[in-house]
Order: sequence, then structure tokens, then C-alpha cells
Amino acid sequence: MKVTIDNITLEVEQGTTIMQAARQIGPEITPPAMCYYEPLKASGGKCRGCLVKVTAGSEKDPRPMPKLVPACLTQVQDGMIVENTINEEVLETRRGIVEFLLLNHPLDCPVCDQAGECHLQDFSFEHGVSSTRTAEERNTFEPTDLGPNIQLHMNRCILCYRCVYTADQITDGRVHGVMNRGDHAEISTYIDKAIDNDFSGNLIDVCPVGALTDKTYRFKSRVWFSKPVEAHCACEKCSGQVTLWYKGEEVIRVTGRKNEWGEVKEFICNTCRFDRKKTAEWTIEGPAKVSRHSVISANKYGSNLIQPAFPISQAARDYKLINDDRDRSFLTDQVKLEAKK
Amino acid sequence: MKILTEHIDVPGIETIDVFCKHGGYQAMEKAIKKMTPDEVTDEVKKSGLRGRGGAGFPVGMKWSFLAKPEGVPRYLVCNADESEPGTFKDHYLMWKSPHTLIEGMIVASYALGANTSYIYVRGELMYVIHILEKAIQEAYDKGYLGKNILGSGYDLDLYVQPGGGAYICGEETALLESLEGKRGNPRIKPPFPAVKGVWQCPTVVNNVESIAATSWIVNHGGDAYAAIGVGRSTGTKLISASGHIRKPGVYEIPLGITVEDFIYSDEWCGGIRDGHKLKAVVAGGSSVPILSADMILNTASGEKRLMTYESLSDGGFATGTMLGSGGFIVMDETTCIVHNTLTFARFYHHESCGQCSPCREGTGWMDKVIYRIEHGKGRKEDIDLLVDVAKKIEGNTICPLGDAAAWPVAAAIRHFRDEFEWHIDHPELAIQPGAVYMRPGASWTQ
Repeated sequence: MKVTIDNITLEVEQGTTIMQAARQIGPEITPPAMCYYEPLKASGGKCRGCLVKVTAGSEKDPRPMPKLVPACLTQVQDGMIVENTINEEVLETRRGIVEFLLLNHPLDCPVCDQAGECHLQDFSFEHGVSSTRTAEERNTFEPTDLGPNIQLHMNRCILCYRCVYTADQITDGRVHGVMNRGDHAEISTYIDKAIDNDFSGNLIDVCPVGALTDKTYRFKSRVWFSKPVEAHCACEKCSGQVTLWYKGEEVIRVTGRKNEWGEVKEFICNTCRFDRKKTAEWTIEGPAKVSRHSVISANKYGSNLIQPAFPISQAARDYKLINDDRDRSFLTDQVKLEAKK
Repeated sequence: MKILTEHIDVPGIETIDVFCKHGGYQAMEKAIKKMTPDEVTDEVKKSGLRGRGGAGFPVGMKWSFLAKPEGVPRYLVCNADESEPGTFKDHYLMWKSPHTLIEGMIVASYALGANTSYIYVRGELMYVIHILEKAIQEAYDKGYLGKNILGSGYDLDLYVQPGGGAYICGEETALLESLEGKRGNPRIKPPFPAVKGVWQCPTVVNNVESIAATSWIVNHGGDAYAAIGVGRSTGTKLISASGHIRKPGVYEIPLGITVEDFIYSDEWCGGIRDGHKLKAVVAGGSSVPILSADMILNTASGEKRLMTYESLSDGGFATGTMLGSGGFIVMDETTCIVHNTLTFARFYHHESCGQCSPCREGTGWMDKVIYRIEHGKGRKEDIDLLVDVAKKIEGNTICPLGDAAAWPVAAAIRHFRDEFEWHIDHPELAIQPGAVYMRPGASWTQ
């Protein structure tokens, strides 16, 4: 089947979604995925960040689709033409989605453990605007402990439902879910029942923001100060394939290995994640592959090795004034003239 | 011309004996004994009956879309989760004459080949649920429900399911989730319920009024039904009239009477109360765009507006609205449109399911901004902000609740922008209790 995304045509198998097809082409034209998570069945369609324009439905029926469609769930038809980054309507909608997601987000990145590997940061950096239009107070929740290993910061949650699907699909007996409705909806355990399951730690890995945090890692370091190293061990519960995060000689965190889209390749057990934090317990394979544009690559392997991703001149060319749309109508002409001088 | 409410005031019509005396269950007998399921579907198609829940999709066509794979059960679900502010027609019908709905359910289930059907009733209407359950028991006792109905070999079990009181469960896929015992989140479509509905089986979801009308159609023929009404708006429609009119209530109107007639004639609403003047009308339940008096009475081309699907939506959203579910809310000159919009926005904020981000965050945002404007803390840029937020919600959500939340706000600003501006420019006047903006030259009375 042939599909054209942003004027690039490629051949895909039947049943491929627009998102999967775009990922085959490359990250430049791939729509952002805040809730979609390929290893989890039925995920996606909720954040609306990946809405794209279908300008031709298929070879047989070349009519455009009336509404924007979620790329993560829409299967490609033969001859479908999709516009993502080249369609102004799509980009405008995406700016709106960023605004909606940040509306009740605390923006506490400076103290958030997820900063540096946060999908919401990437999303808003790429598609958001630099000014805010809201004067409203944000909805707030108290942080709660979900069991011995996980802490929930509901303020940061974007309700992507990934952790709910994870608990449904890789553990048995889900005890947490979404309570309440609308913007007062929250992730919660059933009357504060603790999540104690051998694979519950994966909820932390699938969370796109800093809502679910690892209690053994909280406030230990920033992501960009730690070195990811791939390692494995003989574990009877899981594959034992993990990434160790070193700060100096110390393992400060263990996570599952992630692919270039930030999705866990193989889910790991809680013993590997929370209890095996000595180098002696692991067989080291080597440094983890990290995109050199990622903030995680910064500050690690000596300043001489990492160059800025783009030259200064290009940065100057792309520099945009911060959009300052404050009301200046109260300034009298006199004052305006003086300001000009 | 009355179809659904013909015998509604007969004492004891809620019992099966009185109902049968007035021609009840004849349609069921005719359908099951003399007609094939396809013939029933064809009659409904011929009648041109359109879904009465709000969207107005032709019922016959919806039935013919139902997937019919071998060995898989099919279901009919009646959407009685009527929770749109301003709409109370299904409530009235089920309360007064439950057998009208039950007979329609049997006819429709027979046409679709469903052996199990559900009536999903809004949780707040507990007493109506008791009435329905009693009526269903009567039908079982008579042999109109259960195994081998009237010796035809057709089986049907009918269940009543109370909802939990969420507006979102009136959306068909959220209703199905709730019926299955899950959280009432709308499903992502496709697949549509006609392919994968309740318990992952093909399902038709219809409104109470649509299902109730099918028995009359079987009795009198689709052509007789199509003869009532104008153009593609056939038959009669229950309208829940509320607001500043002399005679609020549920009226069954033949589609095609003029809006002016409906508001001012003594047969229907009886005019605006106490000599006040018509200011605005929400024609089809809270989610449809509000229109000012001159726009609702006449279309942009100067013709008299009719109570039909086409005429009410004439001119698109620029000058038109929608028939929706028939919640006809009339407002006179004493109504503050900003306050009214706040009430609607607060409702959608409260009822958004929180699944997709534009609706979850956008409805709350609009509510908070309008709250500020109403309480004298509005900023100049807030009006354009509201328009932009509404535009970014509309069409980008999983289910139509996002549209339903965005339309009333956008329409109120489109047609009553001066009122919002007055609230922002004169906060000290706007926060007075009962303060209403008067357009230059407008008066409180006629």
C-alpha cells in the first residue's frame, strides 16, 4: 500500500497506522505522541497531539476527510495523502493542544525528575507558543504515595491513560484507574490501595510527564547529569535487560530500555528496578545510545566531544522575538514617542 | 396531529389493559405475525423518520447499516439517558406511557433481529425506571416479551439499566461502555456501534422518541408518516418548551409549523410571559447555538423559519441553529445572555469526561473566563480568547461533547457580543444582582 506523508511516499503493509508509517520515514515528519504507546494495546487517541490532515482518503475515494484525524489510530488506505508539518491548520491545532495540556500543568520543571526526558517538554518546545493567555488559577492536587515505590504528582498528569493500560496489560489485577470527570479527573488507586505488583514500576517508565515518579530516585539528580549504561542480569521474573543511570560510580536509577520514540522495549520487574543498584549485580554492555540532540547527551563525555547541534549563525537566523502581546493601548502618544527616541 | 401523545392523558394508560384498549400492541402483532424484519425496516425507511436524539440521522438507514454476521448476537439499545439541559420529552413519554416505548422496542428489535434489548435510563429518573420495570413485567405476563412471542418463534428479553447520572453517557459509545459496567468514556470511532457495539457485537442505539414512533409507522405505513411534515423532516416531534413562555411543557408538533406560531399561538407556548418581549431562543437543547429574536423567527433570506431540521439550520451557524433534541428554551428581555452562557459552560465543564485534552481543559477554561466576565473581572482580550478556545475544541475531540460545549459559547458571542463587552466595560453595573444589558432602543416590555 502506498501512502504519502508530507510529500514523501512510501510503501507500507496493510493495517499500518499513519503514525507507524510516519515513524518509518523519520522523526522530522512524525506527529508527536503524548498518549499513544506502541507496546500497549488500545492506547492513543486521547491527547489529540497527533491530529493530521488527510487530504485524500484513498486511491478509490480521493475525497479529503472532513475533520483532522488522530494519526496514531487511523489506518492508512492505499493512495492516502496525509499532511502533517506542511499544513497550517494542523500546526495551529497543535498549538492549541499544547496550550490545553499546559493549562493546568504546574510548569515546575526545575524541580521535576522528568525534566530532560519529558515528552510534554519536547512537545511544547516544538509546537507551543512562548506567551500565555490564561489568567486562571490552576487546578491542584496533593502528591500521593502509590505503594512503597511510586509517588504520584497528579498536578503534572496529562491523563494519557498509559499507566492504566500498562497495569491492565502487563500486570494482573489493576487497582488504579481514573476517578472523577473532566479537568478534575485524577489517577488514583481504589480508595488508596497500594500498588504492589512485581511489574508496577513500569508505570513510571510509561508516564510521559513527571506524574509518576520513582521514590528511590526522587531528587537524586538531573537526567543530564547521569550517564545511561546498558546492562543485563539473569533475572527469573523478567528479561533483565535494563538501562543503568550512573552518577559518578553510583547507580542512581534503573529503567527499562527505550527506543528512539521513548517507548520501553521490554518491561522489567520491580526487583531489577528498585533493588539491584550495585554494579556488581549487573553485566555491563556499554553506553546506551542516546540521540546527540537530546539533553541527556549534554555534559557527559567531555565538552570536546559534544558540539552544539547547529552553528551559532543558524541560531541567530532562527531567532524569534518573544511574542509580547500585552495591551499597550493605555500608553499615550507622548509616551510612545519618547520610547522611540 | 398527534402520534406519540395521542392517548397520553387517558387515565391508567400506563397499565397494559388500558393501553391495549386504545390500540396498543397492534403494531407489534402486525409486525411479528404478518411482516418480515426487512419489511419493517423498509417501512421505517419509507417513513423518513430521523433520529430524535439530536443528530437527526435517518433511522431506517442506521438500521440497514447494522452488520449481520452469522452466529453473532445483535442488540438494540434505547438511549433514554436524556440529560441535555432543556430537554425533557423522553422523561415525559416514559413516565406517562411506558408501553409506547416498550411496543416500539419490540417492533424495532424484531426488525433488527435482536433477541436482547436494553433501555438505558438516566440515573436521576429512578421512579421512571420503576414504572418501566412494572410495564415490562406486564408485557412478559401477556406473552409480549420472553420466549416465543405470540407463537411466532421470536424471542426477546428486555432490560432496563439505570445510568449513574453522567451527561456523557448519553453519547452512544459512552452509553455502551457504561452499559457494560465500565467507566463511561466515549469510544474512539471507527469501529462504529453498528459493527462493534455492546459486548463487541453489532448494536443499534436509538433515542426513545425514534423507537416509540416505529410502532405507529408499522400500524399506518411509512407513507402515512412521511405525509406529515415538510421535505426531509417528516412526522411529528416532541418539543420540550421551557423558559419565559406562558405555557411551558412538552408539545407534540407536526414538523413544519412556523417558529412564530409555536411561540405565540395559544395551542403551543402561548406567547411570552406577562407582555415581555422575546429576546433569544435556544432551539434544540443547550448545545445548539443561541439565536436572537429576529433570527429565530425569520431566516437570513427573509422567509419565516419553520420547525424543521432544514429550516432551523438554514444559513449555517452564521445565522442558523439546529433542531437538536427539541429542547426549546425561550428567553425574554430580562435574561442576561452572559449569565446564561456561564450556566451552559459550567454544565459542560462539569460533565466533560476528561478523556481527550481539548475538551477536558477547554471546557474548564471557558467556564473560568466567562465566570470572570460575569463577575466583573473580565479583560478586553477575553472575548476573542473565548472564540479562539471554542474554535480549537470544536471538531478536535473524540466525541461530540466538545462541539456541544464550544457551540453555545461561540454563538452567544457571535450574536450578543455587545453584551459581553458591556460586562467588561461596566463591571460595577454588571455585578449588580439581576443586571441585564439593554441594547439602545430596547425595552423590557412589548
